[in-house]
Amino acid sequence: MSDTAPFSTDEMMTVAAARELTDGKVCFVGIGLPSTAANLARRLHAPDLVLIYESGAIGAKPRTLPLSIGDGELADTADSVVSVPEIFNYWLQGGRIDLGMLGAAQVDRHANLNTTVIGPYEQPKVRLPGAGGAPEIAGSCGEVIIVLRQSTRTFVDRLDFVTTVGFGDGPGHRERLGLRGRGPSLVVTDLGLLRPDPVTCELTLTEVHPGVGVDEVVQRTGWPLAVSPQLRTTAPPTHEELAWLRRLEAERGTRA
Amino acid sequence: MAELLDLGRAIAELVHDGDCVALEGFTHLIPFAAAHEIIRQRRRDLTLVRLTPDLIYDQMIGMGCASKLVFSWGGNPGVGSLHRLRDAVEHDWPAPLEVDEHSHAGLTNRYVAGAARIPFAVLRAYVGTGLEEVSSTIATITCPFTGERLTAVPAINPDVGIIHAQQADRRGNVQLWGLIGVQKEVVLASARSLVTVEEVVDELTLRPGGVVLPSWAVSAVALVPGGCHPSYAAGYSERDNGFYTAWEPISRDRAAFSSWMDQHVLAAGR
Repeated sequence: MSDTAPFSTDEMMTVAAARELTDGKVCFVGIGLPSTAANLARRLHAPDLVLIYESGAIGAKPRTLPLSIGDGELADTADSVVSVPEIFNYWLQGGRIDLGMLGAAQVDRHANLNTTVIGPYEQPKVRLPGAGGAPEIAGSCGEVIIVLRQSTRTFVDRLDFVTTVGFGDGPGHRERLGLRGRGPSLVVTDLGLLRPDPVTCELTLTEVHPGVGVDEVVQRTGWPLAVSPQLRTTAPPTHEELAWLRRLEAERGTRA
Repeated sequence: MAELLDLGRAIAELVHDGDCVALEGFTHLIPFAAAHEIIRQRRRDLTLVRLTPDLIYDQMIGMGCASKLVFSWGGNPGVGSLHRLRDAVEHDWPAPLEVDEHSHAGLTNRYVAGAARIPFAVLRAYVGTGLEEVSSTIATITCPFTGERLTAVPAINPDVGIIHAQQADRRGNVQLWGLIGVQKEVVLASARSLVTVEEVVDELTLRPGGVVLPSWAVSAVALVPGGCHPSYAAGYSERDNGFYTAWEPISRDRAAFSSWMDQHVLAAGR
């Protein structure tokens, strides 16, 4: 008997991201899917995952999913609550965070991100939320996981604006810029998983989610997509993963 | 010494047209009531500074208070866009809005330098990004000791810093606790400051992790219970997450927004 049930593409994304969060890691958590994935991992295989929210909550153990990064539940359950200058200067810049998770409106083949504008900076077609913590999370965390839905609008040949550096122009660029973290290690999308090629730093499709064809992923990428010769299929969400995820989602923004 | 004033008088005395104003509070303790009073007193041409513009600046921008925004993340957390901010940048409605985008780390350090009254702060940030190309407030600096290339951002010293706190005592000493954000830095960086509080008590009881701002470091204190709704004050209220969700359709439409502001903010002054 198979251990699977019907699931949505968003659920697959969240579960795939959660599986990458190994127990004991110190994780800088943004709101939305990253926070959901991190809290799902804590319920499953990573009870000692350390969650750091940029609002100042270190070691937060929320009983329900927060709606914002500053919900009271985060401060109330944290090991320590510190100021925003301290979070960014001592903890993030200080190199104390293993892993950051970021979303974006656009990503390019070298995993650089745009969250600033669609169109020209001065006269944007769409004004996006902006940088937030992303440039320094990507610069200073040990590694970065990027999560976004895949389409030719989001996976673009050229970013409208570089808000956050992944691998810049390619091999060696992070080192030349003096960025201390290793950079993006994984991109999780609704179609599959992409990882930077160890030599070229170019995002390469390494896994497709169940029921997704390689052609579809290629078509939904705005550059000629590299596909790993060892392409695999992501394991579908288990009953346990889905049950916890749905429970977390249902209780989002409420207080236990 | 901080004067205990009513909110209307505090805003009238402290906030002037053309001022640079920072209303801070990182998700927690956002001083909405003070913003509403600024809107009611029809201040114009303000430079608004804030890490996360949030609904508070969406409302001020939509009501025409601002000509410039210095910020680092302008969304409705967990919900979506700030539609009034977007409409101002994308379509100049109700007025053009100049923006200076920073990262949280950069803008935070601009407050830190401001509080320390030094001209700039140094950090590892922005390298390789488009932000350092488009912003005149991001520059490269060489460490005089190691030769390492780092980033400098200028101090920000607002004319007025406004925060919300849980308590003040009758002499105007202030205490806030929970997520303390950049509130201390903003008050110390600003030429004038206003703290709205949930409660005035005879004597402050020090809280673990609490921040105390002595009366002599604050210009004015105003008693405004609930003055941070739909944000929250730990120990007094919960974040009204339902309001943040409900703001999405209200803010999306110019007429719905104007009508909501008229009914819920302007009417309170009539």
